[in-house]
Amino acid sequence: MANKLISEMRLPKSIANIFAARNITTAKASEFLLKFHSKLELMKLLDVELSEVRSALALMSEIVCPPYQTALLLMEQRAATEHLGGHLPTRLKGLDAALCGGVPFGVVTELVGPPGTGKTQFCLKLSLLAALPAHYGGLDGGVIYIDVESTFSSRRMIEMGASSFPEIFHSKGMAQEMAGRILVLQPTSLSEFTESLEKIKVSLLQNQVKLLVIDSMAALVPGSLAEFSRIPIVVTNQVRPQSHDESCLYPFQVPKMDRILKDRTRYYSHIVAVLGFHWAHAVTIRLVLEAKSGQRFMKVEKSPTSPPLAFPFTINPSGISLLTDDGTEMAAVTSLKAVKNCIDQF
Amino acid sequence: MEVSKLPISATQRGKLISAGYTSLSSICSASSSDISRGTQTAWDMLQEEQESLARITTSCADLDNILGGGIGCREVTEIGGVPGIGKTQLGIQLAINVQIPVEFGGLGGKAIYIDTEGSFMVERALQIAGACVEDMLEYTRFLRNDCQVKTQPKDILENIFYFRICSYTEQSAVINYLDKFVSEHKDVKVVIIDSIAFHFRHGFVDLALRTRVLSGIALKLMNLAKKFSLAVVLLNQVTTKYTEGSFQLCLALGFRKVKRMISPSPWEMLLGSQLRFPLEVKSSYLPKTVRSTLTNLAKFIIIFIT
Repeated sequence: MANKLISEMRLPKSIANIFAARNITTAKASEFLLKFHSKLELMKLLDVELSEVRSALALMSEIVCPPYQTALLLMEQRAATEHLGGHLPTRLKGLDAALCGGVPFGVVTELVGPPGTGKTQFCLKLSLLAALPAHYGGLDGGVIYIDVESTFSSRRMIEMGASSFPEIFHSKGMAQEMAGRILVLQPTSLSEFTESLEKIKVSLLQNQVKLLVIDSMAALVPGSLAEFSRIPIVVTNQVRPQSHDESCLYPFQVPKMDRILKDRTRYYSHIVAVLGFHWAHAVTIRLVLEAKSGQRFMKVEKSPTSPPLAFPFTINPSGISLLTDDGTEMAAVTSLKAVKNCIDQF
Repeated sequence: MEVSKLPISATQRGKLISAGYTSLSSICSASSSDISRGTQTAWDMLQEEQESLARITTSCADLDNILGGGIGCREVTEIGGVPGIGKTQLGIQLAINVQIPVEFGGLGGKAIYIDTEGSFMVERALQIAGACVEDMLEYTRFLRNDCQVKTQPKDILENIFYFRICSYTEQSAVINYLDKFVSEHKDVKVVIIDSIAFHFRHGFVDLALRTRVLSGIALKLMNLAKKFSLAVVLLNQVTTKYTEGSFQLCLALGFRKVKRMISPSPWEMLLGSQLRFPLEVKSSYLPKTVRSTLTNLAKFIIIFIT
């Protein structure tokens, strides 16, 4: 709507004529709304009365502004048109409960964690779930997997599929069909990556794509991409340790472990995601994967539907499985001190 | 003589014309009180404030205390905080709390929710609405009064007008349009913008234009709050700023500065993370010391999470 031309906006005749007379039919509405925020400038340009300028701007605003919906309508619409009420179930009971049914459509979900904690495993499993036929609880659609780190392993994916859904993957041809639905892109440079993001917009519509995975994130995906296509987008993010804090944990710093275990908040917040606040504001859901003395934890750190929860999990042949479905609530998202430290380090 | 031909600056000329003075003779005949139209004595303001002391509860007694009873109508309130701290939760909560009927001490109004980040979750709104209805039922039982709870969670959702905004042009347009929309839906009592900063923080090249547009938006919102006597709540992101040798958390876009200059009585708070308590409260009528009195806001967490 914002990029509509003035001539296409169906303004009332009197106003449209003024614009046409000054030959500004091809200007975009967006330029007008921003640049002529002060009505006087527009008055000067159009040489008309203030009241007319005012009504022209009001009309333009009304046309550019997207229509409203009531929250109820929104809910009913999603329940009616979207598969599984707009969520892709992760098949991890506790996590699904926390996220109201799974990874939501239309928003960006981020996975953060040090190497080897299972980010890629989680992504592989999700891709598989999205590709499954609808009667097995999948989305029955294509998946685009942008693999920046070259960690995608189709063998591992088939293994996961075979052990979690033996009935599908052992029937003839199904494994091939499932794997065939997952398109893997392996960009090697940032420019190539951004380019492929642009191309995706087109293929999202063509290929019945139901999930977009980016492993791992290096630039901002506009959230509008998620909104535009109403599919879940999953991105992963790397972490860096917070070496500033003396409680920073490396495996060789075990002696301090006792003290830290008592202090839950600190224990949970010694690593920070590489992309800063700006990025963190842009994602809707952030899941953090962590490994502590052999035990892995998955934490729901930011989510509009769930309190900060931590679930212990393991990785087995069929992918990630939670040890308990009742997560423990964390005292805080990130301790303020951790935030301060992370800031000081810049 | 026409005002448009007077040898004065364009802005002053514009102001005169927009106030309806087109010729010199019309200015001559106006008295000083006419020209200073829109003024009000401090006493009148106090009276008015006491009459329309409408405040929206945040569902958290401690937070309400700090704010002097809740989020005030006729005011622009800004809430900032690190990601995942609960800004959106507070936003959804307010959109629902504004609908608490008058019999239950609420405003019985409707809400406009302008979502720029896409983080509004209907499921969560339904949960909070359910909890709100339960609260009202309990209140009726407790007081054994005759108030009937007729509201259903679905009715509450029906009274939230949701705008999904995907670009800064749309954001600019929706704020222009609000005036008309609210005059058509008179019972709207709160406008929540989640978040004001998101679209303006990337893809905006001309920073001078950005400042102008944002100041314009702030002015329009203050106007809206006054005109329709409703509460405007802006959720803002945080960023880091280098001052006095170290990095500090501060609100994005320097919006705070804009407000400090132009707004008579807004307050803002920065939700800190550790205890999720407001770190900083700015207001022209609340004491600065609230920060130290805030020790027990653990309740805040429970309310927003369960």
